[in-house]
Amino acid sequence: MTARTVEFSIYRYDPDRDEKPYMQSISLELDGTERKLLDALVKLKDVDDTLSFRRSCREGVCGSDAMNINGKNGLACLTDMDSIATPIVLRPLPGLPVVRDLIVDMTQFFKQYHSIKPYLINPEHPPERERLQSPEDREELNGLYECILCACCSTACPSFWWNPDKFVGPAGLLAAYRFIADTRDQATSERLDNLEDPYRLFRCHTIMNCVDVCPKGLNPTRAIGKIKDMMVRRAV
Amino acid sequence: MSVPIRKFDAVIVGAGGAGLRAAIQLSEAGLRTAVLSKVFPTRSHTVAAQGGVAASLGNSEEDHWHWHMYDTVKGSDWLGDQDAIEFMCRKANEVVVELEHYGMPFDRLDNGKIYQRPFGGHMSNFGEKPVRRSCAAADRTGHAMLHAMYQRNVKANTQFFIEWMALDLIRDDAGDVVGVTAMEMESGEVYVFHAKAVLFATGGAGRIYYSSTNAFINTGDGVGMAARAGIPLEDMEFWQFHPTGVAGAGVLITEGVRGEGGILRNADGERFMERYAPNAKDLASRDVVSRAMVTEINEGRGCGPNKDHVMLDITHLDPATIMKRLPGIREIGIQFAGVDAIKEPLPVVPTCHYQMGGIPTNYHGEVVMPKNGNPSEPVPGFYAAGECACASVHGANRLGTNSLLDLLVFGKSSGESMVEYIKAQPAAHKPLPANAADYSLSRLNRLDTQTGGTAVGATRLAMQRTMQAHCGVFRFKNMLDEGVSKITEIEQQVASTEIKDKSKVFNTARLEALELDNLIEVAKATIVSANARTESRGAHVRDDAIDSPEFPDGRDDANWLKHTLWYREGNKLDYKPVNMTPLTVDTIALKKRAY
Repeated sequence: MTARTVEFSIYRYDPDRDEKPYMQSISLELDGTERKLLDALVKLKDVDDTLSFRRSCREGVCGSDAMNINGKNGLACLTDMDSIATPIVLRPLPGLPVVRDLIVDMTQFFKQYHSIKPYLINPEHPPERERLQSPEDREELNGLYECILCACCSTACPSFWWNPDKFVGPAGLLAAYRFIADTRDQATSERLDNLEDPYRLFRCHTIMNCVDVCPKGLNPTRAIGKIKDMMVRRAV
Repeated sequence: MSVPIRKFDAVIVGAGGAGLRAAIQLSEAGLRTAVLSKVFPTRSHTVAAQGGVAASLGNSEEDHWHWHMYDTVKGSDWLGDQDAIEFMCRKANEVVVELEHYGMPFDRLDNGKIYQRPFGGHMSNFGEKPVRRSCAAADRTGHAMLHAMYQRNVKANTQFFIEWMALDLIRDDAGDVVGVTAMEMESGEVYVFHAKAVLFATGGAGRIYYSSTNAFINTGDGVGMAARAGIPLEDMEFWQFHPTGVAGAGVLITEGVRGEGGILRNADGERFMERYAPNAKDLASRDVVSRAMVTEINEGRGCGPNKDHVMLDITHLDPATIMKRLPGIREIGIQFAGVDAIKEPLPVVPTCHYQMGGIPTNYHGEVVMPKNGNPSEPVPGFYAAGECACASVHGANRLGTNSLLDLLVFGKSSGESMVEYIKAQPAAHKPLPANAADYSLSRLNRLDTQTGGTAVGATRLAMQRTMQAHCGVFRFKNMLDEGVSKITEIEQQVASTEIKDKSKVFNTARLEALELDNLIEVAKATIVSANARTESRGAHVRDDAIDSPEFPDGRDDANWLKHTLWYREGNKLDYKPVNMTPLTVDTIALKKRAY
């Protein structure tokens, strides 16, 4: 644990006060106890309480503190301070309206998530006990259900930047496949219909930015590919 | 001053597990329901629960709700109310199966049923040997559960007010609850939410301690609001220190690690729990394990250069099992301890985790308080569920996996009670008191105009360090006395916090100041209640409690088998009896706790 000074360049914008956004250079004394970027941000906020960002669990499960870190989307709470390049350039997630500083308006992101009907659809009357599912069928959900809705992926995707109102985006499509892949869900064809559209699914050009940034190591591109395969198979 | 008023049948404050479960009940009953949350629902701290939810499904071996009830009463060190505990344990299968029907991705057994693992304090046949009762989705049970319940609410068209911070409870002259004030964080605007019934599902306040597994948002907002509105707080001296927080970082390592075969070792490599709990060993209840760990550290057998932690060892487990059942834990080890748990043991230390006390309720989720000689008279229109509430099912010590069960069972029962209550109310709302928002506005105005005050961060840190040092795993009379006066001093500073940020837009500095107003109420209630309770029971252990055959482990049933009630006004204490009468079965009689 060694003390050092770290330089930050942080996107600042308070619509109540600033005419336009600017990058603020700040240096911060670290005492070596700041393992993660979030620890340093909390320290910065102690110095300047106007610095605004979301955070909650500080362990990578709530998805609050997604931001653009040195040009790449990630979670501040999972970003190591000892390996990060300096100056540390922090910007809000790209492609969404900025509310203030590092806080973006996620309405569009959640609207797309909601558009895929992110809930189990099974019109059958449920049994008295749990529905049965084999361990193998359950394993199909691994890599899908762990999504924390942080929006790192969708806001790293050029297709989502250009058409956030029309393209569901990697997070929403991952969720769509999570229900398609679930043997308990009976709405597969309805779900495919819902995505059969030049934009909603097919704007994914498999550039895999989503995979590159996902802080949970998930692979939306693969899930999207599986949905595309199902589309093709049901067409022939 | 007038503020906009929004009218609903029901208002739920908090969108974690309890709030979302109640919201399903209300929305599906067709009531106009507003759910307020200061974070997007899936960011609530339920998301961080790992190991599972208890239910005596008996999927792997014989189990029974009555055994679960026995374990819970014993775990509570007999401070839990036996009617509420019977209710919770009997309802467990129903609410867990419902979750499965909502789509929760539980792990599965070969026969397709929900996977269950052992957990601390959960035994078969009234305390005989560990039983597999914890229903799990890998080590991400809370995440899977919270998302499944949010998704069910999307289906039910629940109306959410996301990133709205509730400020104060509104009670009319009769003391009935008629709404809350709340602030839209993005605009800084204050609104009155006028409702026939209000549910607090605001979670715990683990951030009163310096070292906590809890999220930043766990600031006891509902508990603070209730205290300011004259509602007493129950059993606030009882805080759970989870045995396995990552040393230094505080991040939780599930007890499910020990359920899967993990072993705690001291600096000599000894499996020390064999000495403290010969039968249950590493799966004794949390208060027992945490005390054992601190004792090992205090006696010089801690690990690391500062001998300040012990090791949680799973290196003997099959790596495939770790990757399948504990993948999140491996990630946490790598991220926050720099250790791959497959190869090396994890450094762990008892860390503040859960608030056993809270807003007093009965098992219907109705908030109750003493009135006209009845110690538990419902407050009309007011409900509470989950960690912010005290039903009381956890008593002096909660069993692992009973928190997720608590929020399901009491989220549902409070939702049902509210539906019934609202339907029996006249069409018109009870009138709001005059100037219902004035108190909240004056709090905000103080923050806007305060000069020469104290910094929020430093004041909060002073509170956290005081609570950690003076009211931790082991408690000492002189330290408690000193702690009470320190917290009283810090309270003065909280009353004059100053923020530099005066912006209306998403002002997180103001938010943190408002949260500190809530935290300090919890800290006061905790240390004052702890100072008064001169026995040892469950998680509350004092050096001056007499340990003798008459008072096993310092527990004094003759004088202290009772619930504490702390009132903010006058900082005064009252007590009420523990309900020892279950709903249908015989009382689980008092005896010495051993694991």
